[in-house]
Amino acid sequence: MDDPAVRTVGLRKAYGRTTVLDGVDLEVAAGTVFALLGPNGAGKTTVVRILATLLPPSGGTAEVLGRDVVADPGAVRAGISLTGQFAAVDELLTAEENLLMMGRLWHLGRAERRRRADELLALLDLTGDARRRVKAFSGGMRRKVDLAMSLVGRPRVLFLDEPTTGLDPRSRQAVWDVVRSLGVTVFLTTQYLEEADRLADRIAVLDAGRVVAAGTAAELKRRVGTEQVELVLDEPVDRALAVLGGAVLRSDAARRTVRVATDGSAGDLRRVLAGLAAGGVGVATVALHRPTLDDVFLGLTGGTREPAGAAR
Amino acid sequence: MTALGRAVSDSLTMAHRSVRHSLRNLESLLMSVILPVVLLLMFVHVFGGAIDPAGGYVDYVVPGIILLCTGYGAASTAVNVNLDLTEGVMDRFRSMPILSSAVLTGHVAASVARNALATTLVVGVAHLAGFRPRAGVADWLAAAGLLLLYVLALSWVAVCAGLLARTVEGANAVTFVVLFLPYLSSAFVPTETLRPVLRAIAEAQPITPVTETLRGLLLGTPIGSYGPQAVAWCLGLLLGAYALASLLFRRRTAG
Repeated sequence: MDDPAVRTVGLRKAYGRTTVLDGVDLEVAAGTVFALLGPNGAGKTTVVRILATLLPPSGGTAEVLGRDVVADPGAVRAGISLTGQFAAVDELLTAEENLLMMGRLWHLGRAERRRRADELLALLDLTGDARRRVKAFSGGMRRKVDLAMSLVGRPRVLFLDEPTTGLDPRSRQAVWDVVRSLGVTVFLTTQYLEEADRLADRIAVLDAGRVVAAGTAAELKRRVGTEQVELVLDEPVDRALAVLGGAVLRSDAARRTVRVATDGSAGDLRRVLAGLAAGGVGVATVALHRPTLDDVFLGLTGGTREPAGAAR
Repeated sequence: MTALGRAVSDSLTMAHRSVRHSLRNLESLLMSVILPVVLLLMFVHVFGGAIDPAGGYVDYVVPGIILLCTGYGAASTAVNVNLDLTEGVMDRFRSMPILSSAVLTGHVAASVARNALATTLVVGVAHLAGFRPRAGVADWLAAAGLLLLYVLALSWVAVCAGLLARTVEGANAVTFVVLFLPYLSSAFVPTETLRPVLRAIAEAQPITPVTETLRGLLLGTPIGSYGPQAVAWCLGLLLGAYALASLLFRRRTAG
């Protein structure tokens, strides 16, 4: 049996009386992309820092590639790479020099360093800017250099802490494309639901230091329910509520909208509309609404916080 | 590769990085080279006439200027160390299977390189300004050795300051201390000319014995007990600062 690439059991971290992580259990299968999804302050970065041996846990255990991060940090470091929230690049060096430096630190031979640097510059579409100092780079290019630096040592587990926060859509797409093409275990944190949905094989939702849900994107969506029809009415919602009764999931008097569960079939939709027509309720527009991870997120984390992804 | 081989390799890589930083940080490099030269010319040509109308002040002041400039060059180490800590790059190094304290060794190596350059320049300009040392090869080597020890000690003190400071501005403050200290020593005036309190301070700090020893080696003035004192000061500071830096580094990077 293959060991999971990452496993935490009852992971805790507290600073004085402030508990940041309150018993986090995670398991990431080798070769998969895993997303730890949560709002700011949920403890995502703390989890990554513990797994990357930068921070000792206060309790519980954390293993990466079968090695305990506290007992055997050297073995863990040999198999991982970390791209933190703030690009850890050397601004005074060029993109190429940054990669060559990483090659030296991984004790690659001269020719191998050269080859690896060229390969990664090409992979991240940086070849044309290889000899420019990183200081002059945009945020997106910096992040690409950062990612390239993380790949020099051919890590078996790549930690990406909010890899696309603050990036423009094109840079974000470029980072996604690279992450998807890697084929190594990726442990990423994100506050963007879309990012988790696009990249991750499995997702865990972290809120206030606890995992509140875990599964594939599809499984999480299923937890929020089936597809829904949103009806925008010509009139106040009262009569529609009376006609539809228990089928109503949600209504909004101000916007004059009503949501009803549906299986998405034409027949089901016709039944709903016919019922309303028979009751004399005027319907202006109809929209089919599939549950998104936003719904999962809001449903699971109490919904009081507006996740950053919702604003986009 | 053995553990020692890896540690040496990592330190060399970091030294390479820090030297590159020094070369690219042009303003700071120019400052650490131009400042001592300007100070040298100022002391010799502006104050020198008043202090020694016969024109011999250049010989007296060069060792002091060298120390002033090495101090200044070493102090920028504090800023460089602090920058690494406050930016994300240290996290990367620490999550790699390398000796992460090699970052510090790298900064100290770059400091030595910067100072070697600045000192050579100062000695060259001093020569043009009339500096006529009476030192043999052995004296020069001994002087270089003492300077190296002094730079290493100051650089590690600066590393400590860089590790202690919360901000880059704070780390920069060490520069002023190091720039100011030579004025309270025998670097520019003989300590006998100072008032008793200042004289006591001057005699109790490392720059006076180091200056006097350099002066003795280069110009043949009596060294006396200043020689062993200078070496003791430098070694003591070096070992103390190195130990403290290791401790501070572990604590600062413990999350």
